[in-house]
Amino acid sequence: MALSKEQLLDMYRMLVKIRTFEERVGEIYYEGKLPAFDIAAGPIPGEMHLYTGQEAVATGVCAHLRPDDPVTSTHRPHGHLIAKGVDLKAMMAEIFGKKTGLCKGKGGHMHLFDPTLHFGCGGIVGGGIPHAVGAALAIKKRGEDRVAVSFFGEGAANIGAFHESLNLAAIWNLPVVFVVEDNLYAISVPKSKSTAVRSNAERGVAYGIPGVQVDGQDVIAVYEAAGEAIDRARRGGGPSIIEAICYRFRGHFEGDAEKYLPPGEKEKWRQKDPIHILGNQLKQQGWLSDEEAAAIQDEMTALVREAEMFARESPYPAPEEALEDVFVNL
Amino acid sequence: MAERLLTTSKAIAEAIAQEMERDERVFVMGEDVGAYGGIFGATEGLLEKFGPERVMDTPISEMGFIGAGVGAAIEGMRPVVELMFVDFFGAAMDQIYNHMAKIHYMSGGRVNVPMVLMTAIGGGYSDAAQHSQCLYGLFAHVPGLKIVVPSTPYDAKGLMIQAIRDEDPVMYFFHKGVMGLGWMTPNPRATGPVPEEPYTVPFGQAAVRREGTDLTILTLSLMVHRSLDAAEKLAEEGISAEVIDLRTLVPLDRETIVESVKKTHRVMIVDEDYKSFGMSGELATIVVEEALDYLDAPPKRLAVPDTPIPYSRPMEQFVIPSVDRIAEAARELVTS
Repeated sequence: MALSKEQLLDMYRMLVKIRTFEERVGEIYYEGKLPAFDIAAGPIPGEMHLYTGQEAVATGVCAHLRPDDPVTSTHRPHGHLIAKGVDLKAMMAEIFGKKTGLCKGKGGHMHLFDPTLHFGCGGIVGGGIPHAVGAALAIKKRGEDRVAVSFFGEGAANIGAFHESLNLAAIWNLPVVFVVEDNLYAISVPKSKSTAVRSNAERGVAYGIPGVQVDGQDVIAVYEAAGEAIDRARRGGGPSIIEAICYRFRGHFEGDAEKYLPPGEKEKWRQKDPIHILGNQLKQQGWLSDEEAAAIQDEMTALVREAEMFARESPYPAPEEALEDVFVNL
Repeated sequence: MAERLLTTSKAIAEAIAQEMERDERVFVMGEDVGAYGGIFGATEGLLEKFGPERVMDTPISEMGFIGAGVGAAIEGMRPVVELMFVDFFGAAMDQIYNHMAKIHYMSGGRVNVPMVLMTAIGGGYSDAAQHSQCLYGLFAHVPGLKIVVPSTPYDAKGLMIQAIRDEDPVMYFFHKGVMGLGWMTPNPRATGPVPEEPYTVPFGQAAVRREGTDLTILTLSLMVHRSLDAAEKLAEEGISAEVIDLRTLVPLDRETIVESVKKTHRVMIVDEDYKSFGMSGELATIVVEEALDYLDAPPKRLAVPDTPIPYSRPMEQFVIPSVDRIAEAARELVTS
């Protein structure tokens, strides 16, 4: 499947968009928190899990998705939601805890919901996997051609919800694609200490579904594997699992001292930056000049700055709004 | 024309069937809900009527299929999911309390989860510690879940139809002893008049099952039946007990509770759930907060005394409130 110049440039722009958003959030996050790190202080309080380094996975998968294709994500959700096409202003405002945010300030960075994009995520590892199965069940019952995608980390592949979900999806032949982002660590515990299986794609065999492992730093490889799986699901061919090997450039969360990393490992992976990989390919093709790359970066910086200004200037919710939205009607 | 009588289990199955006919988004899934008809009969006859696409037997994967119910509800379906015994919630609690209950709130009210999770509760037939609990208090403690606990066939149908039509997640607890099953100790109150046409019973409206003047008994589910039997005995002794069936814990009908206590000046809570940190403590607190000046005696509680449910008959009958002990506690309360 040969990708056109436009398709490749669109993916390049998405990689840069996610990276720019994440790096700016990473800067803002430390405002007011230093010198003695105070997690509750600053304009963005709480935990912060950034997607920097893994952008090719969200980008390559979501390039195949329509706004009405359901996606479930994780505690590291920004990349998936941006790749799905979210309004950055509403997303940033939610991360700031503002009234104008996607969830009116009730969700925050780990609990972002956008029903217009059929997107949900959450802070419980593996918690979203059964939801994607249920979404796919709804799709199949209605005879629609939508596809559900569940993103989760390799750590989640050891929780019961993962195994129950693959089994249910298989026996009901559902239009769902499970995307394991193997970023090598579940917080600090490496994959080798949490599973005896080399590739989580092999776990598909246990449930009778196809599985494939890809280089998650190479957006074209992700795009091709995801295209096959998503097309199969859309045509009624049932579920599959993709494991994308990728890397977190900023650790598990902001403030992670990364004591568990072998010396030199991150520097080695930095050489496999997904933006550089695709950028170099585009330049070799003559489809992207340095000036054009700089212009794309400027455009994304401006977009993220606009979202940041919107978030900063937006009002906080009134304290008593905490009492609303527990039920639709009570 | 004579009133039509149904058991509670048949009333529940009829409610689900009528909603499935009315609304094609409604479907059922759970363990043994198909050909078996549900271990307690709540889905009997549905497979024959609606087929396996809408009445789905699941593998033993409570986390998976309850979570799938959440996902399907978010995508616009109306799942009715059965958790065979409430005691099995442990295998699925994350999906119930972190997702089903919270997604509407976490999304700032933008995502609805209109699903029903129905489950069997209660003991009294020597099924012991892992198949006999009630636990509605535990789920009522978690914000975001509506808690429905019917005691009569009429309510069972109307509350189930309301639950399916409700936009919020509902947990629907049916006591095995109120279902009218042929293999349980016969319970005449488990069969009653049920209109054929669909109807709803609104949430948050308690029912005064028996009017009285000397004390108020606040209760629900099978304990309504036992409290009514106890009230009959007490009446023979000249004690007039008012029996209130709460019907739903969330929302809770505080007004009916408080009004009754203001009339009788004495209150007893009869609960088949564990005593500490649960429904009985919550109700006693509400009465104290809102009607303290009307009380002639402290609220009295009769509940499972903070032990797991034992197997052997004499021990089990000791921990679960009985008609005799409800009557005895009522006598103590009115003479205190």
